[in-house]
Amino acid sequence: MRLLYFAWVRERVGKMQEEIDPPAGVTTVGELMAWLARRGEQYAYAFENPKVIRAAIDRSHVRAEATIAGADEIAFFPPMTGG
Amino acid sequence: MTSPVPARRGYDRSRAMKTTIRLQHEAFDAAAEMARMTRGRTDIGALVTFSGLCRADENGEPIAALTLEHYAGMAEAEIARHVEEACARWPLLAVTVIHRYGRIRPGEEIVLVATASSHREAAFAAAAFIMDYLKTRAPFWKQVETTRGAAWVEAKAADEAAAERWSAPPPRRDAAK
Repeated sequence: MRLLYFAWVRERVGKMQEEIDPPAGVTTVGELMAWLARRGEQYAYAFENPKVIRAAIDRSHVRAEATIAGADEIAFFPPMTGG
Repeated sequence: MTSPVPARRGYDRSRAMKTTIRLQHEAFDAAAEMARMTRGRTDIGALVTFSGLCRADENGEPIAALTLEHYAGMAEAEIARHVEEACARWPLLAVTVIHRYGRIRPGEEIVLVATASSHREAAFAAAAFIMDYLKTRAPFWKQVETTRGAAWVEAKAADEAAAERWSAPPPRRDAAK
């Protein structure tokens, strides 16, 4: 699946997007964030406070409990500040 | 994106309902957009427009400009979902939402929300509803340029509260004509 990062999550991770293949035990958005946080210093920094990070699966907002099964595109980003 | 909104929940949709949603870097002409919404029509009795502009300060600190990052693909879809929700709640005749991205200088417009209806109550309410959701649900992020460097604008609890108030049951359609 493809991961996208925006705003300060993108800056901290150090990339806009990447393809990943998480292990079978990672089934929810929250578990995916925890898994990502263990991938290195930059990821740990980006996901140090997962409660503030928002997520979208295939371009719709989801909560941390949402399942990632079948997702093509998962995005992580800070609370939105548009308008 | 310009498309007719399908009929729903018993509103009379025999009249043309036009929705326009655009994301663009370029500046827009709010007056021209308003004129385009009402041209050739005599059923619109109320047209409410909201323009959001770039201020020269953020939290009391002067800024040179702001840069809006957005999630292309999702931003338009998310705005469309909220416009559809507005159309389900109020008897709207036309809706236009234009949101800019990229670098924007103080004094320039960032966003336009325009809602048209037969009567003002629906137009006012729908404009506020769409704007409140744009603030908290549309995937845009503002970064400001200050004398100390670039800084991401933090989401405000007041904006979240403003969006939350619409979670209550929709207003009565026959109210305040």
